[in-house]
Amino acid sequence: MSDIDVAYVAKLARLALTPAEIERFGAQLGALLEHVAATAQVIAQSNVTREDLAVPSLDRETVLAQAPSREGPYFRVPRIIGEEA
Amino acid sequence: MADRSAAEVARAVNARETSAVETLEAAYARIAERDGAIGAYLALTQDLARARAERVDAAVREGKRLPLAGVPLAVKDNMCLEGTPTTCASKILDGWIAPYTATAVQRLIDAGAVPLGKTNLDEFAMGSSCENSALGKTANPWDRSRVPGGSSGGSVAAVAAGEATLALGSDTGGSIREPAAFCGVVGFKPTYGRVSRYGLIAFASSLDQIGPIAQTVEDAALAYDLMAGKDPLDATTVDREVEPAAAGLRDDLRGVRVGIVKEFGLDKLEPDVRACYEQAYDDLRKLGAEFVEVGLPTADYGVATYYLIAPAECSSNLARFDGMRYGLRVEGPDVGATYEATRAAGFGDEVKRRILIGTYALSSGYYDAYYVRAQKARTLIAADFAKAFEACDVIACPAAASPAFAFNAKADPVSMYLMDYYTIPMSLAGLPSLSVPCGYVTPAGSDKPLPLGLELSAPLFAERALLGIAHAYERGTGHARAKQIPTLADAVSAR
Repeated sequence: MSDIDVAYVAKLARLALTPAEIERFGAQLGALLEHVAATAQVIAQSNVTREDLAVPSLDRETVLAQAPSREGPYFRVPRIIGEEA
Repeated sequence: MADRSAAEVARAVNARETSAVETLEAAYARIAERDGAIGAYLALTQDLARARAERVDAAVREGKRLPLAGVPLAVKDNMCLEGTPTTCASKILDGWIAPYTATAVQRLIDAGAVPLGKTNLDEFAMGSSCENSALGKTANPWDRSRVPGGSSGGSVAAVAAGEATLALGSDTGGSIREPAAFCGVVGFKPTYGRVSRYGLIAFASSLDQIGPIAQTVEDAALAYDLMAGKDPLDATTVDREVEPAAAGLRDDLRGVRVGIVKEFGLDKLEPDVRACYEQAYDDLRKLGAEFVEVGLPTADYGVATYYLIAPAECSSNLARFDGMRYGLRVEGPDVGATYEATRAAGFGDEVKRRILIGTYALSSGYYDAYYVRAQKARTLIAADFAKAFEACDVIACPAAASPAFAFNAKADPVSMYLMDYYTIPMSLAGLPSLSVPCGYVTPAGSDKPLPLGLELSAPLFAERALLGIAHAYERGTGHARAKQIPTLADAVSAR
């Protein structure tokens, strides 16, 4: 939210601002607009990572057995790229 | 005589006074007798249950003791159980067989629980009455002309009717607590991130949480202790030590500060309902609790906030149901038409309504106006709770404004959404919150008493204190197990 394009907004508002003013107002406007921060994660967890380890995944046949339509080891789906493409 | 609790079943099976197989057979006999009238289950998992019960008995014979040895378990049908149908009560998943088991379910099975079957819910857990199920109708065991609540309606009805000893539900905006109140059982939603959601089919990811439904607070604590904790398969679970709640159960409330929310004044309620909650507050006082008034000035915005955030997240989560890799596919002339025909045929009205609201709220030009504003309102609601908990240990309020209502009584979506008025604010703040039976009212013109639930809510991660306080209230009042459902005999004979 703090990445407001102050120069652009100033132009819309017909306000000539110096580079110093753009920097100062930019920081202040960001703080004003963020007065209430949005909550996306209520217990404030972020960037949870784990080791990148190879582990067995679901059995292919079990998964494919649920497919509405299949062809051998593949899901059969409608064409998504037109003939002319 | 009351049905045995999970703790009592496990004790008896571990002591070899009974076996898991005998317990299982008794549970299925009860289901055969009653579920035609109640409709708690969408599917029974007899083969799996029998195999698990035999394994539990073998382990006990070898001298092992299991905390849930032989406990008959009902699982809400939005949680995966390998090799069994998992439908979310939706036509789009009808016939789908789960290829793996949800972590929460697995942890209870590993502790000796025996999964009896999958229970009904509002489609994709969207609803407060179970009426939005596309696959079955569940009645309230206390009065079959009334709804069991929702969305975890099948799980609460199963426990209330003695068709399961313990059940799992999921709670996004009240889907464990409101139905638990309507059916007179204990329903507990832990802190967001406490219990793994791996294998829970997602509805609103910033809110969804799995929790236990039980006859007693002790059973809820026992199940919670087994399920809680970090799961490498769910990155949203918290890596934080779980203080065992079953060891923190208490019998009095001396030194406990109970917060009563100024904005949740009981004067809005019907006189008999109000009298019941006034009695509940008096009972808390008699057990030694001190009362403080706290303010939640933003709680009134909870429902509006929730009904932007939850549909927005559901519109994104349910995009995966496109008919390509699993579930229903309705073929159209091209891929776009196939998506549209599949989703038109597969989703019910409430799900479509929420997908539309959510898609609108997330669309370009409206995202900041709706979704981001709702997230900001959420910040303020959570801040109100944090301030309130400076003055109290637990907040007490009704779990719902009324007892269970009649089928078709809430045809207008907004009147249905308002059923979650007392549960949604806690969900938005991520708090642990539960409903414990607190008395009964008998509506005019009826001879059937209906249970009410007291909602108790605590700060983030204060599950142990919360369950301890609820246990003292339950012990002190005896509402939870004092009353067997007087009308169940009619339910069975009317089949």
